[in-house]
Amino acid sequence: MGVTGTSVIQAVEHDAGAGPGQPAVQIAHLRKTYGPLVAVDDVSFSVAAGEIFGILGPNGAGKTTTVECAIGLRQADAGSISLLGLDPRADRDRIHEVVGVQLQASAMPARLRVGEILDMYRSFYRDPADVGELIEALGLAGKRGSFYKSLSGGQRQRLSVALALIGRPKIAVLDEMTTGLDPAARRDAWELIAGIRDRGVTILLVTHFMEEAERLCDRVALIDGGRVVALDTPAGLAARASGGKTVRFLPSAPFDDRLLTDLPEVSRVDRPGRQVLVTGTGELVNAVILTLHAAGVTAREVQLDSSNLEDAFVRLTGKQLADTTEGARS
Amino acid sequence: MNSLTMPATRSSALPAGRRRAAFWQIVLNEARLTWRRPIGLIGGVAIPLLLLIIFGLLPAFKQVPASFGGQSIFDAYVPILAAFGLAMLGMLGLPLPLVSYRELGVLRRLSTTPVPPSWVLAAQAVVQAFIAVASVVVIFVVAMAAFGAPAPKSPAGLLLSVAVSMAGLFAIGLLIAAVAKTSTAANVIGRLAFFPLMFFAGLWLPRALMPALLLDISNYTPLGAAVQAMQSSMQTGFPPTAPLLVLAAYAIVFGFLARRFFAWE
Repeated sequence: MGVTGTSVIQAVEHDAGAGPGQPAVQIAHLRKTYGPLVAVDDVSFSVAAGEIFGILGPNGAGKTTTVECAIGLRQADAGSISLLGLDPRADRDRIHEVVGVQLQASAMPARLRVGEILDMYRSFYRDPADVGELIEALGLAGKRGSFYKSLSGGQRQRLSVALALIGRPKIAVLDEMTTGLDPAARRDAWELIAGIRDRGVTILLVTHFMEEAERLCDRVALIDGGRVVALDTPAGLAARASGGKTVRFLPSAPFDDRLLTDLPEVSRVDRPGRQVLVTGTGELVNAVILTLHAAGVTAREVQLDSSNLEDAFVRLTGKQLADTTEGARS
Repeated sequence: MNSLTMPATRSSALPAGRRRAAFWQIVLNEARLTWRRPIGLIGGVAIPLLLLIIFGLLPAFKQVPASFGGQSIFDAYVPILAAFGLAMLGMLGLPLPLVSYRELGVLRRLSTTPVPPSWVLAAQAVVQAFIAVASVVVIFVVAMAAFGAPAPKSPAGLLLSVAVSMAGLFAIGLLIAAVAKTSTAANVIGRLAFFPLMFFAGLWLPRALMPALLLDISNYTPLGAAVQAMQSSMQTGFPPTAPLLVLAAYAIVFGFLARRFFAWE
């Protein structure tokens, strides 16, 4: 190559380092068809460096095809993709060094040991992570000498995440990484992803678990029918879907509705039975309770209903997400 | 499947030293897998060696029939059993792991690393070639040392014969890996091809006893040509060009077809 190892690394970092203003991932008008089937119709989004970006959608929405195009596994029919300023097809050699991938449905040979697989993948990268540290962080430290075939589903998933991270990537693409895990293992995986992000890795997370997107992602693209139907923070999407939040309470004394409807935070007041139901935005609870208190009324049994991402999804796509217990894929 | 356009044979961007280290890491793991699931070692080394020992112990095999050109029946079986080992390794040992890696998604996963998935194929070929050479050496050495087979007249000719035989059989194995969608299919195709080819190699009827038509057919089969080339190197000297060309043609044609049809996903 004619260059020393160090200078090559610096060159890669220079070329592939996302500047402060440059997004880590930028996808514009991506389109991919398989014969008559339009898997991805028109998908655009950009992911800032250090972000956990979720791609959420029902099975068959085009999530996996989108990331497969992004990592250069598939050639897009139209649109542009840039990862850290690199093209996944033209600059694929560089892309493979700076993007770590966890694919759906990729297994390892049954009779290789965990340590042997990790050592092999480690040898593929210029500046790999330490195997011991990595498997410690992933809770696989005791499994280094175990055959792949003896690992549980959760352990295999964690190994697959370890392999995605072993090259110290700048971007990690994780496709349905918690599918097939039990709830406890899933929570562990979420903590792990948050930890990876804290180390400065940008994460592109494909999921069909609402809770996962809600808990983990800085922003979420809702994909349905090969299109982005909404893109916002999880809270922003939820608010957009419901048009606000509602507070329910039992008043200690009668009061005039106008007391509340005059508040800027309140959009309407209903009285189903003895309860009062106030709909509005912003610091709704504080505004309602303080106003009532000033009028000598106490609000009892206060309940706050805020809609969640699931409501947003149903509202924006008109469908339920797939049953979230089984390992279905898109 | 064909929409997958990843370039399996691209060169890696890693520096040369790292590239070598990565390749040998893959070879090391392929060797471990071969050792841990020793189907290739059993079919490619143990079975032909066992047959050789049985034949060596049978008094009937010590006869030197007139039509054998001065060789004993046992001597005639030495290249046949060497071809047995090469065929097992080329047609089963090589393709089965590759097909199972494709099924498991191992090759697809590799294509997202700086290392191309074709390196697994190359590593597998290195491991199988190593076992193939070891198998041939063991068979010839045991035949000579324990059962009095004569030393080959042309060791260089024997070496060349083994090399082109390996090239031809490995190319056939790669085509099997290319067309078989599942490990089961690869296993069935490999075995179905193995037995008729072994027939033409002379396993049940040595070539010296074959009628003219059968011998003509045998000359154009990969194992018939392999036995012909190895036998000439043992008995008379440097092998004739015809069987070497036949084997080279198999290597080129089947290698081309394998390259054309091999899917990495």
